[in-house]
Amino acid sequence: MTTRIDRRFAALKAEGRAALVTFTMAGDPDYDTALAIAKALPKAGADVIELGMPFTDPMADGPAIQAAGLRALAAGQNMIKTLKLVREFRVSDNDTPIVLMGYYNPIYIYGVEKFLTDAIAAGVDGLIVVDLPPEEDEELCLPALKAGLNFIRLATPTTDDKRLPAVLNNTSGFVYYVSITGITGAAAPDATKVSAAVDRIKRHTKLPVAVGFGVRSAEQARAIAENADGVVVGSAIVDVLRGSLDKSGKAGSGTVKAVTDLVSALAEGVKSARRVPAK
Amino acid sequence: MTVQQPNSFRTGPDERGHFGIYGGRFVAETLMPNILQLEAAYTAAKADPGFQKEMDHHLTHFVGRPSPLYFAERLTTKLGGAKIYFKREDLNHTGAHKVNNVTGQIMLAMRMGKKRIIAETGAGMHGVATATLCAKFGLDCIVYMGAVDVERQQPNVLRMKMLGAEVRAVTSGSHTLKDAMNEALRDWVTNVSDTFYCIGTVAGPHPYPAMVRDFQCIIGKETREQMQAAEGRLPDSLVACIGGGSNAMGLFHPFLDDRSVEIYGVEAAGHGIPSGKHAASVAGGRPGVLHGNRTYLLMDADGQITEAHSISAGLDYPGIGPEHSWLNDMGRVKFLSATDDEAVAAFQLCSQLEGIIPALEPAHALARVFDLAPKLPKDHLMVVNMSGRGDKDLASVEAYLASKKK
Ligand SMILES: Cc1ncc(COP(=O)(O)O)c(C=O)c1O
Repeated sequence: MTTRIDRRFAALKAEGRAALVTFTMAGDPDYDTALAIAKALPKAGADVIELGMPFTDPMADGPAIQAAGLRALAAGQNMIKTLKLVREFRVSDNDTPIVLMGYYNPIYIYGVEKFLTDAIAAGVDGLIVVDLPPEEDEELCLPALKAGLNFIRLATPTTDDKRLPAVLNNTSGFVYYVSITGITGAAAPDATKVSAAVDRIKRHTKLPVAVGFGVRSAEQARAIAENADGVVVGSAIVDVLRGSLDKSGKAGSGTVKAVTDLVSALAEGVKSARRVPAK
Repeated sequence: MTVQQPNSFRTGPDERGHFGIYGGRFVAETLMPNILQLEAAYTAAKADPGFQKEMDHHLTHFVGRPSPLYFAERLTTKLGGAKIYFKREDLNHTGAHKVNNVTGQIMLAMRMGKKRIIAETGAGMHGVATATLCAKFGLDCIVYMGAVDVERQQPNVLRMKMLGAEVRAVTSGSHTLKDAMNEALRDWVTNVSDTFYCIGTVAGPHPYPAMVRDFQCIIGKETREQMQAAEGRLPDSLVACIGGGSNAMGLFHPFLDDRSVEIYGVEAAGHGIPSGKHAASVAGGRPGVLHGNRTYLLMDADGQITEAHSISAGLDYPGIGPEHSWLNDMGRVKFLSATDDEAVAAFQLCSQLEGIIPALEPAHALARVFDLAPKLPKDHLMVVNMSGRGDKDLASVEAYLASKKK
């Protein structure tokens, strides 16, 4: 069974380039603006869309994404609306993969079975749940895979060769390599080290490897796209969005464009990468 | 609710850290290798008699154990029922039970070669204990504390600084204990290789709930022996306040399989459970996942964690240790609650009747003793965990009383 994620990475591989994966928070700064941003992302150059499911206590996120989640919650975002946002996106785009990213509690409280059913019906393709390591696979990973969703796991610099197989087992769609030990939006990754890490993961899996955490500029995106199959950018986009808000924290007339301008530049960076031939 | 009770309540957790459906290891992948390493190190230490011997040495000579089991005579007379004993954890060096656990974890950190210690703290007692042991052993110490708590527990902030620790005021979220824990976890994710996270209660990912419990069980073990010596038998009931639940678990656990012993945990009811402004996770919450474990939590219909409210910074947390959640569901521990008003009244009464100024946290336990004890016969032996001393709370209590007068 192939998913939109599988098809998208296969098509980009044929094109000879990496994917630009964008992260924005569902409902940030409000539902309508977040939907408008999501709809504008593919044209701006996003190949895969990650949508954050806001949570009050995002323990692996830095200040930018923490604030984005709180803005969304303050504007009334919840799981029902996040799934609705995906459904409305799908009306005009049936190809761009959507991955929901967040923490387990809101899913657990929504109800795992109902969440999977509703997410698939809405047009979600994959899940990244930060606080579900392989040790907790029975909670959501196994039911999600059975239901036909991709379950995308984070591999980190602390995931050594001994542990990597456990992390990759039951991972599908792609592997998300967290380029630093740290929270989102922290220090920039060292491109050489990242490239070596991508090679290490690829020795263990045929899945595409996307790299994220700390990527901010088109130039950084280009450097990582030389070897990785995808580049994930989150905090930088969320920061630009925040910068476009008016004094009361409401979306300004330039909010959508501020986001798409950055995404276009990042996409140029990714496309200009000279790919290292596959080893 | 009738539940099938197990043969023993003391065998948990299973190898994956579960107490029934509670507990587990809900953490980011970056931390997982550390958690597994910690578990292995703790398992090895537990099996090493040298480790226990060294700990006992520090508990005796540095902490000042055993802590007395004290007959609260005037309180007993005043309430006119059960015979009330205080387990005097307030007399430990640093002034609370927290130091029992910190001594264990710091010994472990040193065995693991970790030189940078981080901790979260609410009331500041765990932060002070951690800063103290770090000073004693020459380790770097960083304590995360919610900005609200930095304000209301100033004496402890000053103590931590004097001891050489860095106190980082946390301004994310609700600026209290849960946010301090988030920030500590973020630090740990960033500094995985050299840092040991010293958690202050029986919560967090496995193995913390079991490990902290084991280190705190000295409270219950001593109580058993001391009550045996004083009265020639086991106590009839145990009462302790519940923040995350470490002082309570330390007292309760050695008695869980003595079915004759009634056990009461007292949560903070803040302005009252119906007001919604409280910190009573069992009474007012439901099972969810936060800070590495599944447990009873305060949250809204969407699974967003709600802010806890309590005059006591040490109880101002929207969750509870997972083993307590299980003991609640099993019906072995009965969970009660006490409001801010009741705790402050108990704080005053205990000070004036017994000459012991309790911390606001155990004042919650005392508040329930006030209505449990009078209904019980005079030969009923009740032990209250006096988990800490109240010097840190004098300013808060004074401000609270002044605001009530207005
Ligand atoms: C004196 C005292 N008692 C109790 C607590 C609550 O923690 P726990 O429930 O883990 O014992 C604290 C926490 O700060 C405390 O300082």
